[in-house]
Amino acid sequence: MPRLARWFIKAGLLYFALAVVAGVLIQARTEIDLPSWAGTLNPVYVHLLTVGWITQLIFGVAYWMFPKFSKEHPRGSEKLGWATFILLNIGLILRIICEPRVALRSEPDLGWLLAASAVLQTVAGWLFVLNTWLRVKER
Amino acid sequence: MPRLTLWTLRAALLYLGIGFTLGGLMLFNKGVALDPSLWRLWPIHIELTLIGWTMQLALSVAFWILPRLRRMERYGNSALAWIAFVLLNGGVLLVAAGEWFDELSRLVLVGRGVELVAVIAFAVYIWPRIKTFGA
Repeated sequence: MPRLARWFIKAGLLYFALAVVAGVLIQARTEIDLPSWAGTLNPVYVHLLTVGWITQLIFGVAYWMFPKFSKEHPRGSEKLGWATFILLNIGLILRIICEPRVALRSEPDLGWLLAASAVLQTVAGWLFVLNTWLRVKER
Repeated sequence: MPRLTLWTLRAALLYLGIGFTLGGLMLFNKGVALDPSLWRLWPIHIELTLIGWTMQLALSVAFWILPRLRRMERYGNSALAWIAFVLLNGGVLLVAAGEWFDELSRLVLVGRGVELVAVIAFAVYIWPRIKTFGA
C-alpha cells in the first residue's frame, strides 16, 4: 500500500474517532452541563464522518487500487495526491476549530478562516477528481 | 475495469466535485455572508454527495469487483445494471431539479421513486454475483 494511501486511511480513522467523540458530546449535553459550543457540533459531527472518515477512506483506497495511470506514474500525479491530502485536512481542521465558534458568533473574525476552510476542501475535492479521472479506464 | 464502471465512476467523480463545490459555497457563506439563498443548496448538496457520489461509487465498484458468473457473458445480464445506473442518475438529477425549482418540487418524489426502481434493478442484477469465487 503506497504511503499516501496509508496517510489517507489513518487520518480517516482519527476523524472517525473524533466524530464519535463529537457524537458523545452532542448526546451528553442533554444529561450534563457542557459549554455552549457543544450545542453547535452537529455539522462538524456529520462532516467528520462523511468527509473525514468515509471520503478519505475512499480516496486512500482509490489511490491505492484503481487501474494504473502509466508504468512511470502508476498512481497519476503523486504531487496532486499529496496536495489533495494536505488541503482536505487543513480545510477540515479549520472547520472543526472555526465552525462552532462562528455559530456562537463569539469570534466573528474566524469567519474568514471558515471561508478559507471551504475553499481548501473544495479545491481538494476537484484535485482528487482530476487525478483520479485518467485512472478510470477500461485497460 | 468494465465500461459500465468506467462511466458510473466518472459520473460519481463529477457528483463529488459538484457536491463539494455546493457544500463549499454554503460553508463559505456561513463564514462570510454572501447570499442567504445559498442555503437552498443544502438538499442538493446531500443528494449529490450521498447518492450521486458515495452510493454510486459503491454500486459501481461492486459491479467491477464482485465474483463474475461462469458463463460466456461473465457479467450476466448487464443490461439490467445499465438500466439501474441510468435510472439512478436520472433520479439524482430529478431530485436536484425539484429541490432547486419551486414550481418543480414534485420532481423530488418522482426522483426518489426512480431511485427506488434503480436500486431494485441493481439488487436483482447483482444478486447471483454475490457468491464465492469460482462457484
